Amino acid sequence: MKILTGNDLLTGLVTWWDGQGWSPHVDDAVDVGEEAETILAREEAARRVNASYAIEATRDEAGKVRPAHIKDRVRALGPTVRPDLTLKPAEPEALNWVI
Amino acid sequence: MYKYDSYDQEMVDTRVAEFRDQTRRRLEGKITEDQFKPLRLQNGLYLQLHAYMLRVAVPYGTLNSTQMHALADIADKYDRGYGHFTTRQNIQYNWIKLEEAPDLLADLAKVEMHAIQTSGNCIRNISSDQYAGAAADELVDPRPYAELLRQWSSFHPEFLHLPRKFKICVIASDTDRAAMRLHDIGIQIVKNDAGEIGCAFYVGGGMGRTPMVAPLIREFVPLDQLITYSEACLRVYNRYGRRDNKYKARIKILVHEMGKDEYARQVEEEFAHLLEQGIEPPLAELERIKPYFADPAFKTDLTEKADRSDDKFARWVDSNCMAHKAPGYVAVTISLKPVGGIPGDASTEQMHVMAELAKEYSFDECRVTHAQNIVLPHVEIGRLNELYGKLAEADLATANIDHIGDIIACPGLDYCSLANARSIPVAQKISQRFADSGKGEMLGQLKLKISGCINACGHHHAGHIGILGVDKKGTENYQLLLGGSEAEDTSLAKITGPGFDEAGIVDAVEKAADVYLAQREEGERFLDTYRRIGMDPFKEALYA
Amino acid sequence: MPDNLGTSPDDVQFRFRDDEMVDHAAVTVDAFLDQSNAAAVRIEPGDDARELLPHLGRIKLVEVNFPGFMDGRGYSSARALREAGYDGEIRAVGEVLIDQLAIMRRCGFDAFAPDNELDTADAERAFGLWDNVYQKTTDGRAPIWQKRHG
Repeated sequence: MKILTGNDLLTGLVTWWDGQGWSPHVDDAVDVGEEAETILAREEAARRVNASYAIEATRDEAGKVRPAHIKDRVRALGPTVRPDLTLKPAEPEALNWVI
Repeated sequence: MYKYDSYDQEMVDTRVAEFRDQTRRRLEGKITEDQFKPLRLQNGLYLQLHAYMLRVAVPYGTLNSTQMHALADIADKYDRGYGHFTTRQNIQYNWIKLEEAPDLLADLAKVEMHAIQTSGNCIRNISSDQYAGAAADELVDPRPYAELLRQWSSFHPEFLHLPRKFKICVIASDTDRAAMRLHDIGIQIVKNDAGEIGCAFYVGGGMGRTPMVAPLIREFVPLDQLITYSEACLRVYNRYGRRDNKYKARIKILVHEMGKDEYARQVEEEFAHLLEQGIEPPLAELERIKPYFADPAFKTDLTEKADRSDDKFARWVDSNCMAHKAPGYVAVTISLKPVGGIPGDASTEQMHVMAELAKEYSFDECRVTHAQNIVLPHVEIGRLNELYGKLAEADLATANIDHIGDIIACPGLDYCSLANARSIPVAQKISQRFADSGKGEMLGQLKLKISGCINACGHHHAGHIGILGVDKKGTENYQLLLGGSEAEDTSLAKITGPGFDEAGIVDAVEKAADVYLAQREEGERFLDTYRRIGMDPFKEALYA
Repeated sequence: MPDNLGTSPDDVQFRFRDDEMVDHAAVTVDAFLDQSNAAAVRIEPGDDARELLPHLGRIKLVEVNFPGFMDGRGYSSARALREAGYDGEIRAVGEVLIDQLAIMRRCGFDAFAPDNELDTADAERAFGLWDNVYQKTTDGRAPIWQKRHG
C-alpha cells in the first residue's frame, strides 16, 4: 500500500498521514492510493507537514504497518543505537523490526 | 584564543536576527521550503531522519570552558542530553526544533559561538591542527591565519551561492595532522628560502564519491596576499565550477578536468587583477589577532615524569598523551570512543566535566579533533594522574587514541537521511571485538574509518582500514577498503572485493588485522605492512 | 533565443540610482558584441562578463539574469564589471528573492527586477540589516578590518 510520511515543520519530528491529520505513529498510517500527490500538495501548502513524500508499505494481520525501506523504518522507530530515544524504549525486539 | 570585539559580536547578533526573521517568514508561508532550505542550511540546520539537526561551528576546533559548558547546556535545553563531535571539528545536535532554533542561536551568540555556514553551498568551518600551539614541529600557530580566513569567508557576498560546499584547512607543520590535502583548499604555512613566512596552497582535494588528493597549486603566497589569493581561487571556482551535476560540482572536479596548471593560471590572472582592488586586510589585522593565540604562561622546572605504577594509567599515557613543545607538558587526547560506545558522542554531563577539566588543567582551552575526540592541549605531566582519575570517573579515560578502537564513524543510517547503511552498530561491534580479544592494543596504530554512504563523511577513503556502507537490494552491505592515509603520506584506500553483511564485515576486519599481525616486521604499522605486502595476502584471507 | 529580451523599467522594483532608466530591451552578450549601437546587455550565468570590459563606455545597463537563485555566477559577473570601473546600472533579474538582496547590493547590483514582486517591508529590512561587513567590495563600505585599523 502507499502511505505518506514527512516531518513536522515546527518540531522536525517524523509524522505519518492517518487519513485526517499527521500522527507520530507509523501504525496509524493509511493507504492513500492515488491521492498521494493531492494530499501532499495540500498539506505542504498549509504548512501542516514538511519534506513529505509517499512510500510503499505493508500492513500485517495485527494492523502493524511496515515501511518497505529500512530508512523509513529507522524513521518510524528512532535511532537503533539509542533505544532509550526511540518511540519504543521498553521493547528490545523493536530493533529487529527495523532491520 | 580569539575573543570577539564589538564588531564580531554585532555580526553574530545580526545573523541571529536575520535567521529569526527568515524562520518567521517560513512559518507564515511567505517563503517556500525550497527558498528557506538554503537559508537554514547556512545556519547549520538540516532536516534529518528524526528531527532537525543543528551543526554548531567550532572555529578551527578551539573552545574554552565557558563555551563547552554552553554546548552542554544546549544539549539539555534544546536536545536530548548529548551532542556529537564531527569529523570537521564541529558539534551536532540531533533533536532540534525549528521553532526553537533562533533562541538556540541567540544562546550561542552569548558565548561567541554560532552555526554560520556550517552547511550549504558556501565556505564552511576553517579546520586546523588540533595540536596547534602545543606541537613542537609547527612553524607558527596556524590559527591566527584560520581566524583571518574565517572572518573573510563569513557572509562573503560573492561566495554564498557556490556550485557546492567548500572546505578549507590550515596547518603549519610538515606533519599533516588535519588531513589538509583532502580539503578543497589546504594551506600549509611555510618558510621560503629567504626566510619569509607564507602559504603553500593545495587546491582540489576531497573525499566523497571521487576522492582526490589536492595538488600543489602555488608554492608560496606571501602572508600579505593570503586573502587576495584565496579570493582568486574562489572566484575561478564560482565562475567555472560545474552546476549541471551535484556529484561533479566540487572544486576537485574542476581542477581535475581543467588540469591543475590551467586552474593555477586562471587563478594567477584573477589574482593579478584582485591585487589592484585593495581587498587584503592590512598586516596590522593579523598582528591584532596573533596575541590571542600566544603561548599561555607555561611553568618551568616541572617534572617530566608521571607516576606510572598504575598499569591502566601508564597505557593511557602512552596512547593518549602527546609530547609537547614546552618541557613538563603534554597534549592530552580525551577519547570519545569508549569500548562498544557511539564514536564522538558526549553526554551533557561529560561535556560539563570536560569544560571543568579544560579550565583546571589546560589553561581553559580544549580542542575538537577531526577524529571526533577532544584535546586538552597543555597539561602538566605532574598532574596527569589526578586528571586521569577524573576522566575515568566520567567514562572519558579510554586508552585508544589512533588504535583500532579509536574509530571514526559518521552518524550513518541511524541519524542521517543521506545514508545507505548504519555505521554506528558496526563501529560498536568492532570496538567490542578487539577490546574483548585484547588484540586492539597489539595492533598499535590503526586508523579505522566508517562511512554510511558514498558521501564519505566518515573519511573511509583515508582509513588504514575503511568501511563503506552501501545499499544492496534493500539490505545493508559493507565494503572493506585498505591502505588509506590522511597524513602527509596521503593515499586513498582500495576496495578489497565483494562486500559483507554486518556480521561479515566485523569478521573481515579481524581477518585483515590477523594478516597484519602474522606478517608485520619490526616497527611496521598496519599501513606500512599493507604497503609492503600489497592487497593479495589480505584478499586471500578474506575470500578464502 | 531572441535578441531583444529583458526587463522594462516597470519591472524594476528597487533601484539605488537617480539617473533615467534605459528604456529599450537588453540584448544577449553575443548580440551585443556583434552590434555597435546597443546600450543594454543581458548576462546569463554561463556568460563571461569580462568580454564586455572593452565596451563598458557605451553600456548604460547590464542585466544579470538569475534563472535560479542558487546559481551564484551572477555575483562574480557584477563584481567583475564594477572592479573594471563600470558605473552604469547593474540590474538583477529573474529569481531575485528577499534574502539575496543585501549581498547582491554588496556585489554591485543597484537595481532589482524580480520575477515575483517582493514585500517592500521585508526588502527594506533586508537591505538595511547589516551595519557592518567583513569584506571589501566596490560598494564603498568600509570593511570591519578598515574600521579597526583606520
